[in-house]
Amino acid sequence: MIELIHAERCIDCNLCVKTCPRDVFDATDGTPVIARQEDCQTCFLCELYCPVDALYVAPQAEARVPIDAAAIETGGQLGGYVRAMGWRRGKPGGTENDPTRHLRVRGAG
Amino acid sequence: MTTTETYSPFSASRDEVADVLIIGGGPAGTWAALAAAAQGARVILADKGYCGTSGATAPSNTGAWYLPAGARRDAEVERRLERSTGLAHRRWIVRTMEQALRGLDDIAVAGYPFPFDEEGRPYRANLRGPDYMAFMRRRVVRAGVRILDHHPATELLWSDGVVAGAAGLHPRSGERWQVRAGAVVIAAGGCTFLSHALGCDGNTGDGYLMAAEAGARLSGMEFSAQYGLCVADASVTKGLPFALASFTLEDGSPLPETGEERAVRIARAIVEGHQVYACLDRGREEEHDWLRRGQPNCFLPHDRAGIDPFTQRFRVALRSEGTVRGVGGLDLIDDDCATTVPGLFAAGDAATRENLAGAVTGGGSPNASWAIASGTWSGRGAARFAQSLGDAALTRPVRALGGAGLRPRRAASDELTARALLPYVQAETLPLDVNFFRSGGRIARSQQTLDALWEDVRDHAAGAGREALRVRELAAMTATGRFIWAAAAARTESRGLHRRVDLPDTDAAQSHRIHVSGVDEVFATPDDTARRALAS
Repeated sequence: MIELIHAERCIDCNLCVKTCPRDVFDATDGTPVIARQEDCQTCFLCELYCPVDALYVAPQAEARVPIDAAAIETGGQLGGYVRAMGWRRGKPGGTENDPTRHLRVRGAG
Repeated sequence: MTTTETYSPFSASRDEVADVLIIGGGPAGTWAALAAAAQGARVILADKGYCGTSGATAPSNTGAWYLPAGARRDAEVERRLERSTGLAHRRWIVRTMEQALRGLDDIAVAGYPFPFDEEGRPYRANLRGPDYMAFMRRRVVRAGVRILDHHPATELLWSDGVVAGAAGLHPRSGERWQVRAGAVVIAAGGCTFLSHALGCDGNTGDGYLMAAEAGARLSGMEFSAQYGLCVADASVTKGLPFALASFTLEDGSPLPETGEERAVRIARAIVEGHQVYACLDRGREEEHDWLRRGQPNCFLPHDRAGIDPFTQRFRVALRSEGTVRGVGGLDLIDDDCATTVPGLFAAGDAATRENLAGAVTGGGSPNASWAIASGTWSGRGAARFAQSLGDAALTRPVRALGGAGLRPRRAASDELTARALLPYVQAETLPLDVNFFRSGGRIARSQQTLDALWEDVRDHAAGAGREALRVRELAAMTATGRFIWAAAAARTESRGLHRRVDLPDTDAAQSHRIHVSGVDEVFATPDDTARRALAS
């Protein structure tokens, strides 16, 4: 589930509020807040749509887990999914390089 | 159809009109919106979440049928027909393949960046979810469609025997909205009972319930015991990595090989109390690289837990994919994907996919291709239906059909919250020993439990604001569970995704579909006409 909005990175653009399919975030006067964490479906899409890599979704889908915000940032995990996909500043990119076809051609999917 | 005369009058703070209203903004909904707009219709698309991230496709990566006429296509048609155990239709498989091909070519021309293979030819048989849905949203906006994000539809509007729009709730403001429309396309997805399968938690069967309240029939609901394999505790139910996996039990011994399909062997081990582990140690290094680069979200659970899944084993679990990657949904009566109710069309996972998959999963290429094809057909059909009514359709007197969870018949109770009731629905729909492996006695018990729950919800459950939405979702999941078990009780055999431990054999005399309908009383009836048509 979503565990972290990194306040120093966040630019208050509220794109996470707009694009979360489960309506988990609320806008405020400043940094958005995780208002309904229990509704998060752990789809990681907010990380893709965040233009400044300020969000972190823990992979555990059913329970809150303690996280170490500093370790997540220094460990390069903020924005890690975005870079692996090839999206940039909240915009799509990289699907033209998707090698999944090699696996599908072999009949794996 | 439910009697609605006694319900309180409906007043919406936001009242709009359109020729076609699309409910749901996943792939099927966006294709429907494009097709309706191309007919010149004024189109509104209402999404429960955000069109672009909503639904099972957006966070995923899916194959699609890109098969020009020829030997490869013919072979795939035969393979699908054989797997379907007699319940699919050759004509529907072929026309879906043809329409999916046109759709994939269409988005390629419009600029979707498909990859190219080593010979420089475009590879269009794969869609990366986040990019695909962001692209579809932009196209829908450019086509002049009005998108209402975060506008969950909760009920249909009705005018003199015809569906005439839908109404819903805006969770942030708590305001009710309605769109009066000449025709409605339900593309609201299937139902996974909040199992946390990837991208599926918005799929709570809302479309099934609102359509059933209008009298619509469903089909194939017994073929719903589809479960997706994932890292235990995680959400990423994507099958591709596991093609390269070996499986072991807690003591390191191999998962018993019984000749059955993998999911059955894993489900049995889990039901018997084992823990099942996987390690992606079977592929070549090159394949590992393709997986990592092509399916980055499959590796988030490992990377964020500090595990190397290619050398270390990790525990796995099965999550219900319900009717999303199961098969059942609203029944269709013609090539336009019309339901049995005038003015109401269905597309994507909201509709039955028995025509393509029969009794086995539609997950992957069939469902992705079906979303393109059924979306296109339903959008076009809905636009034509609306145009045949003319503008007078938009000034018709309408009434709202929603019952359970919206308008309690008796005194509302504070205790019947969605959170309090959800475990009761999930206990009858998610556990492997209830749903994956079925038996007549357990089916009857689930029917009794959900019937009783339905009466409580119908008579007493209601909420305000966001809780009103949650309670209505709970009603929809309860209704979906009742449809599933009514169909499952009527199918006294095992077939495809319907695995009866008390009746393990497939009965050739039951090579027909099972229809369900009704809301307060749910009826299951075998469809002998389809069987006769197939034989002819």
